[in-house]
Amino acid sequence: MGETPHRSADAGTGGTRVTQSHERPAGASARVAEAPVSTRSPGGTELGGGGALPRSRKFGAERAFRGLTLAAGTAVLVIIAAIAIFLVAKAVPALRANTEDFWSYEGWSPNETQPKFGIGALAFGTVLSSALALLIAVPVALGIALYLSHYAPRRLGTALGFLVDLLAAVPSVVFGLWGRDVFSSPVADFSVWLNQHFGWIPLFGGDGPFGASVMLGGLVLAIMVLPIITSLSREVFLQTPTANEEAALALGATRWEMLRTAVLPYGRPGIIAAMMLGLGRALGETIALALTLGITFNISFNLIQNGGNTIAANIANAFGEANETGRGALIASGLVLFAITLIVNITARAIIYRRREFTESAA
Amino acid sequence: MTTTVTSHRTRPPAQPASLRARRLPWYAAPAIAVAALALSAALVYGIDIGGPVLVVVLGAVLYLVGLFAAANAVEGRRSARNRTWSALIHSAFVLAVLPLVSVVWTLVSKGTERLDGNFFQTSMNNIGARDANGGAYHAIVGTLEQVGIATLITVPLGILCAIYIVEYGRGKFAFTIRFFVDVMTGIPSIVSGLFVLAFWVLVVSPWFNDGRPSFSGFAAALALSVLMLPTIVRSTEEMLRLVPPPLREGAYALGVPKWKTILRVVLPTALPGIVTGVMLAIARAAGETAPVLLVAGGGAAINTNPFENNQSSLSLFVYQQAGDASKYAPARAWTAALTLVALVLILTIAAKLLARRNRLSR
Repeated sequence: MGETPHRSADAGTGGTRVTQSHERPAGASARVAEAPVSTRSPGGTELGGGGALPRSRKFGAERAFRGLTLAAGTAVLVIIAAIAIFLVAKAVPALRANTEDFWSYEGWSPNETQPKFGIGALAFGTVLSSALALLIAVPVALGIALYLSHYAPRRLGTALGFLVDLLAAVPSVVFGLWGRDVFSSPVADFSVWLNQHFGWIPLFGGDGPFGASVMLGGLVLAIMVLPIITSLSREVFLQTPTANEEAALALGATRWEMLRTAVLPYGRPGIIAAMMLGLGRALGETIALALTLGITFNISFNLIQNGGNTIAANIANAFGEANETGRGALIASGLVLFAITLIVNITARAIIYRRREFTESAA
Repeated sequence: MTTTVTSHRTRPPAQPASLRARRLPWYAAPAIAVAALALSAALVYGIDIGGPVLVVVLGAVLYLVGLFAAANAVEGRRSARNRTWSALIHSAFVLAVLPLVSVVWTLVSKGTERLDGNFFQTSMNNIGARDANGGAYHAIVGTLEQVGIATLITVPLGILCAIYIVEYGRGKFAFTIRFFVDVMTGIPSIVSGLFVLAFWVLVVSPWFNDGRPSFSGFAAALALSVLMLPTIVRSTEEMLRLVPPPLREGAYALGVPKWKTILRVVLPTALPGIVTGVMLAIARAAGETAPVLLVAGGGAAINTNPFENNQSSLSLFVYQQAGDASKYAPARAWTAALTLVALVLILTIAAKLLARRNRLSR
């Protein structure tokens, strides 16, 4: 991100556009131009050199504005730190009061006189449902993105891409409501079928009832993150340099080989970023899962039996009847969720930052 | 000479017939599809392991296998791969369209059930389980106020932060801020709700409220601003970077101080893009349920004062009606969902159209 060479290097290219399209700002700046230069020229007779420049004032507008922006920038760091500090401060008393092990106990009853609660099952459910969602959503989303960017006719691709962008903006509560009211019955039928024919696999075992399961939650999550991953990766695929694609085709590559050798490697950092954003949204998703999962507190790989729970869904469900310790316990679980998403995000950003420099210099 | 040229044009692989690769006839793919469907129907109903859905799924798998085998035999492995992947990509598209169309269809068909004047003019106050009426007026008021306050907080803060990152920040500190803005985009909405619960509702609000913690719409606005801030900073930052450097240099050359250059030259140039980013952030915040649930509490009555007492919001209204036992609740939930989606989509579409008119582009 070297700004200095970037600015001077672009100086010639933007020239004509600047004069054509920015008349008003340019005029505005010319009007205010005189004041700082003319008031402070120590010699007064000679132009040029350092003497013509105004000295920096101690309490000028420049410093004030700069300080203001600096404060705004620092606010971000303060907010992140404050989130960590306040969550910890409220979580610690509840964790002290906990009579069971926070990491391994499978259950959530912090409102009793002997508070008992554990994060294990919840964290497991969070990771399981998000992993399931990503496993389903990522291949499909990449397929759609490739279809929209390289297979569909251009007009259709643009129109559908716009629609996908709109779907990415649909609130999660709508997907949750749909999952509970509409999608649960086909998923229940499918679960019964899986149980009948593949019941020997532990994932699809159990003897019911089926429906409000990790499978339903994972599928709803997958459908929810699908537009996000699609819209981001489509944008990345569209940015592939045409020269690379044409070079691959000119060497006799089939269309799939062109996608594999030119488009996918170029878009890899973007794909990773899109996946991580999808993962972040899936991990933190609250309402869609609170509406679709059957709430239980055990660690189980069974995908189709009623059950499953996540940290976020548990917070939404248990918050209503939580007392002081209960709130603290929920905040402690939120802290764990915060830590998980923070790790995922920092890892993703590190990958992207490292890759970005590589691809930018290569392209 | 001319005849060879024209014949080359009509046949895309410009080679003599003997060198051209053999290709599957055009009817091969549909034929394989029909055969695959027939075979899968025979299999499924023969062993009796499922219904029509399984026939289609199994048929699709058989079609892929058959297509690969046929193309492999006639055209070679590379072309077979190409055909299979292209079929897979098309089927991914169809697979994803089905549920998304179902979501939209359900939303419209169920949402229009209660779409009447009463829904937008009444609240849920004194609406019992057997009452078919009741509306979302209080929720709409809540959404507008909370999102409005959040916007008022976030927009100046976000734009100033972006200006610092792009124009003033150098070295490690600016990089750290950028990095944590990126990290902040990934904070789950429920965590921001918990933060405001721990900070505002439990610690600060007792000062104004005789020592008792109190829910309020303003707390929800704070939680929403935590979510909106990184989005706005990122989009503004992108837009500021797109402002052509000669514009700044021209202003500097005329002796305009830096802060005035930023306020009078850079910001007006980037304004349409910034507005787009702000509108997208608002659209996202309007749909958030979890933070409002945690810190605004949600109420049945109309409360226009965002600083005192419980307030509801549209998304929270949807959630609460979804959990309500009344038989009239689902209709209210779907209509509120439709209203919410309409609000969000109008904002998003307006933002996208504005972005299209933006002169600055990559």
